[in-house]
Amino acid sequence: MYWNSFSDFLHMGGYGLYVWGSFGMTALLMVAEPWLAARQHRRIVTRLARQLRAEAKTETGASR
Amino acid sequence: MTMKINWYKFSAPSAFYPLAGKLIPWFWALAALFGVVGLWLGLLVAPTDFQQGEGYRIIFVHVGASWMSMFIYVVMAFWAAIGLAFNTRLSGMMAAALAPTGVLFTFVSLWTGAFWGKPMWGAWWVWDARMTSELILLFLYIGFIALTRAIDDPRRADKAGALLALVGVVNIPIIYFSVKWWNTLHQGASVSLSKGSSMAAIMLWGMLFCALAMWMYTIAVVLTRARGIILERERHTEWVKTLLTQNAPIAPIAQAKAK
Repeated sequence: MYWNSFSDFLHMGGYGLYVWGSFGMTALLMVAEPWLAARQHRRIVTRLARQLRAEAKTETGASR
Repeated sequence: MTMKINWYKFSAPSAFYPLAGKLIPWFWALAALFGVVGLWLGLLVAPTDFQQGEGYRIIFVHVGASWMSMFIYVVMAFWAAIGLAFNTRLSGMMAAALAPTGVLFTFVSLWTGAFWGKPMWGAWWVWDARMTSELILLFLYIGFIALTRAIDDPRRADKAGALLALVGVVNIPIIYFSVKWWNTLHQGASVSLSKGSSMAAIMLWGMLFCALAMWMYTIAVVLTRARGIILERERHTEWVKTLLTQNAPIAPIAQAKAK
């Protein structure tokens, strides 16, 4: 282990803002993008399945 | 052996969709594994740099993101060329799925570059050849997305986007060799095929693992996005109808609402 203490680690020898500003933005985007992509996939599945059920209903003329 | 895989078969969206679904968790696992190793080496094990102090640690995200920003564009151009040559449906979908992740890594490359440039050079941004050509890459990605989304017919959108992607690929060697061709403020390559690495071994391994993590991440997230695009574009086909009505992955929610 390279660091003596956790505050040393956060301080990054005076470069804390720059190092954590870089890692922070990278982490933020790399968490947000998969979340958005997965949500988009779920929404497409939900919407298309709903449309298909609606089409099936009108075709069979089922009244429920 | 792997050569016996029938690639042609998996170029059909109906075969590619379930295959991608099976592969995605594995790529997430690899991304997490490589990411933990890379960050552990880069942030906790690697010693300080004698010139740049602890500020050099930005390299562990900056280099991987920059490599991915260029690599994703090359892959996008590759799919574009396949699409134009063979008129395959999947290629346009893959190019469309790749572009947003390309934007992400190009932005991360520029952002971390700015956060590195400020303490080392005293400026967030300079119109240096490396940085300017990377900024043009960002505009190429955004231009690709804007162009393909502006055209309603997906096949026409694919073709227009493919042309843009192929013309823009000329920018990739410009970015890569800019530090050689011009006198740039940006430092030269940390890793080169001819000279090997100019870094300490432990730093190099940390950087390579971080880059590998980003690579696996890219595959996982692009496959996720591609699956959505495939369903959307193939929604009138029988296989999508069967998939969505038989599996009914959202049925519990729909039933709950109906009650």
